[in-house]
Amino acid sequence: MTTEQISDRRAAAVHPTAPAQPAPATARATAATTRRTVLPAVDRPHDAPAAPPTRRATGGLDRDDLILRLGSAAASLSLTALLFGRILPFDGWQGFLVVAGLLFLGIYAVLVMQEEDGPAVRDRVMAAVIQAIAAVLLICLGMVIVFTVARGWEALSHLNFFTQDMGPAGPLDPLSVGGIQHAIVGTLIQISIALAITIPLGITCAVFLGEVGGRFARFVRTIAEAMTALPSIVAGLFVYALFITTLGLERSGLAASMAITVMMLPIVIRAADVVLRLVPGNLREASLALGASQWRTVWHVVLPTARSGLTTSVILGTARGVGETSPVLLTAGSSLVLNLDPARNPMISLPLAAYEFTRSPEPTMIARGFGTAATLMVLVLVLFVFARILGGRGAGQLSRRQQRRAARASQRDVERFRLRGQAPASPSRPAAAPADR
Amino acid sequence: MSSIAAPPPGAAAAPPPSPAPAPRPEKGVRPRSARDLADRFFRGGARGAGVTVLAIMVAVGLFLSLQATDAVREAGWSFFTTEEWAPGAGGFGIAAVLFGTVMIALVAITIAVPLALGTALYISEYAPRGLKQTLVNAVDLMAAVPSVVYGLWGLFLLQPYLMVEGEQGNGIPRWLSTWFGWIPIFRVDGVNRDDPLSTASVYTSSTLIAGIVVAMMVTPIACSVMREVFDQAPIGEREGAYALGATRWGMIRAVVLPFGRGGIIGGTMLGLGRALGETIGVYMIISPIFEVQWQILENGAISISSLIALRYGDASPFGMSALMAAGMTLFLVTLVVNFTASTIVARSRSGAESEV
Repeated sequence: MTTEQISDRRAAAVHPTAPAQPAPATARATAATTRRTVLPAVDRPHDAPAAPPTRRATGGLDRDDLILRLGSAAASLSLTALLFGRILPFDGWQGFLVVAGLLFLGIYAVLVMQEEDGPAVRDRVMAAVIQAIAAVLLICLGMVIVFTVARGWEALSHLNFFTQDMGPAGPLDPLSVGGIQHAIVGTLIQISIALAITIPLGITCAVFLGEVGGRFARFVRTIAEAMTALPSIVAGLFVYALFITTLGLERSGLAASMAITVMMLPIVIRAADVVLRLVPGNLREASLALGASQWRTVWHVVLPTARSGLTTSVILGTARGVGETSPVLLTAGSSLVLNLDPARNPMISLPLAAYEFTRSPEPTMIARGFGTAATLMVLVLVLFVFARILGGRGAGQLSRRQQRRAARASQRDVERFRLRGQAPASPSRPAAAPADR
Repeated sequence: MSSIAAPPPGAAAAPPPSPAPAPRPEKGVRPRSARDLADRFFRGGARGAGVTVLAIMVAVGLFLSLQATDAVREAGWSFFTTEEWAPGAGGFGIAAVLFGTVMIALVAITIAVPLALGTALYISEYAPRGLKQTLVNAVDLMAAVPSVVYGLWGLFLLQPYLMVEGEQGNGIPRWLSTWFGWIPIFRVDGVNRDDPLSTASVYTSSTLIAGIVVAMMVTPIACSVMREVFDQAPIGEREGAYALGATRWGMIRAVVLPFGRGGIIGGTMLGLGRALGETIGVYMIISPIFEVQWQILENGAISISSLIALRYGDASPFGMSALMAAGMTLFLVTLVVNFTASTIVARSRSGAESEV
């Protein structure tokens, strides 16, 4: 009794007026300071001019929006569960997700509409849609990578997977026998031959397009750009028609690398052409103005300036070439044993091996297929990271190490000039000076 | 005097210019000729590389068409109208396979374009600045993932678990065909929703599932083209839109999307070109049929590239010629698509940098 009275009195002391009335007012006031649109002009007219104009936040997710989204998500999930479980004859979690997503957008739009006007509602809803789309794509990417590595982990954890070929292993053998050494070696041989042709030819062609120019160069550029569309199977078909049907050669690693070359060449040319065009023209002009010939300008100025970009173009082409299955399928055939001779006998590559392994119904073979695919993915990833490290900078932008090296070189030049000015130049100078007079 | 005095200066003035031009060519000729020679070699070598590349590219078209003539002459115009593929025994034609190729590519593009557009907008407009480069790298990396990996994902995860699940084939295809079966492309023949004995196999290996796998491959390419173009939307116009009171979406609609229209169309076409030519991902998913298949949810699909991968092994020389003709058709179609794409991208305000 007494305690209740005290607490009542205390409450009365703290809130002298009826507590039910001012509470919404203060809540609205705080809402007005955090939100932009609902201004309690009637309640506190004298506050409005005093408030400084706040900077409009165009990015980020504020607290209210987050709460709205969580609320909409909860509402849509509950509603979908009700629809699927009780009211409608739907089933399957895939449809559940689709319906929940659509309902979420609807509920969110309605909730935002309580406080905002038309353009702001559209803005908020579109932001949610775009963020959801990006999330879906990134989840898919993560799923592809994680799934491949997870299914292949069993095979990857056996070390013999990398050191043996499939010669001794039958279709029913466990994972402790057999491996993909032959495919790794095959991929490396094929891509090396392809690179040995692609790098000189592709970069020279890009130099031709960028530095020599002319109407013929424009024509070659058009053709090379058109050829980036060449479907990989058509590249394989071409080499099949040329090497195997016309010349009567057997299927071999060489034929496969030719097919890969045909596919990679336009990619490398196009990327290298773009990089060469980024080299500043005044570097070329400076070199030519110093009396260098055109080829010296290209060799000593243009190519070193664009080196990192050219490397990137080659690596990106390599990453595409390494991963292509269908040209190899047509031209190299498949083998189970290590073959070091590119000119004779079938030679398998990693993507083709992954494909062949997973056609088998045996779980161990499928695990090997996923292990092969994961190995291939790691190879491509390593190439890709290299390309990013080398190609992250534009032409002429030096890394810190290169900057230090350039600084050291010019320091040496300063020293050299100083020494030349002191010792060896002193005898010649008096001789030269009177001659001038 | 003046007449005498005048000639000496004239004579004195005349000789110095005359020796000066004389030695200058002599002094300049040797280095310049050596330079000319070196440069001529350089240009010749570069032009040689250009000619070689051109020759390779022309040879592709030439060899394919030479090898294809046998089959095309045999088949005549029926090559474009026949649905079956039995060279040697019966008729053969690309009506069904070309239709299937286009169908798979259209499904792929329908899925890929919203995904690519949304992700490109997210990366260029919405993503926190610290996260942006990571996302760019992630999408570019996705473009570098080999197609066989996507094929494995489609065959072992997407088809059995995400799309067609369990004995009855629960999932989106079944759902779509049940509730939207009145739309012709979503119709699936021979299933009854209430039939407890219905099997999942009607829904597997369909155009839709192959299309999703191809969409995963072409989305990153389309996305990176679109993002490059969006990033170049002029900052002044963006700020102008904000200054006029636009919301962020209003700014995107008023500035970024009109500016990037060329990139959006070009990226879509580039993705379409890639989707038409994709081989191994499609080949792993589909179960081949040789008829014009409108129903994208139903088992059975075909594309030109998977036809080649399927039949090259046991093809007779004549069959090979027929496959070459099919390959030539695919080549021409992708060529047209890509030419259109590169023209559109080049004509937009930012062509050179939109590099895959």
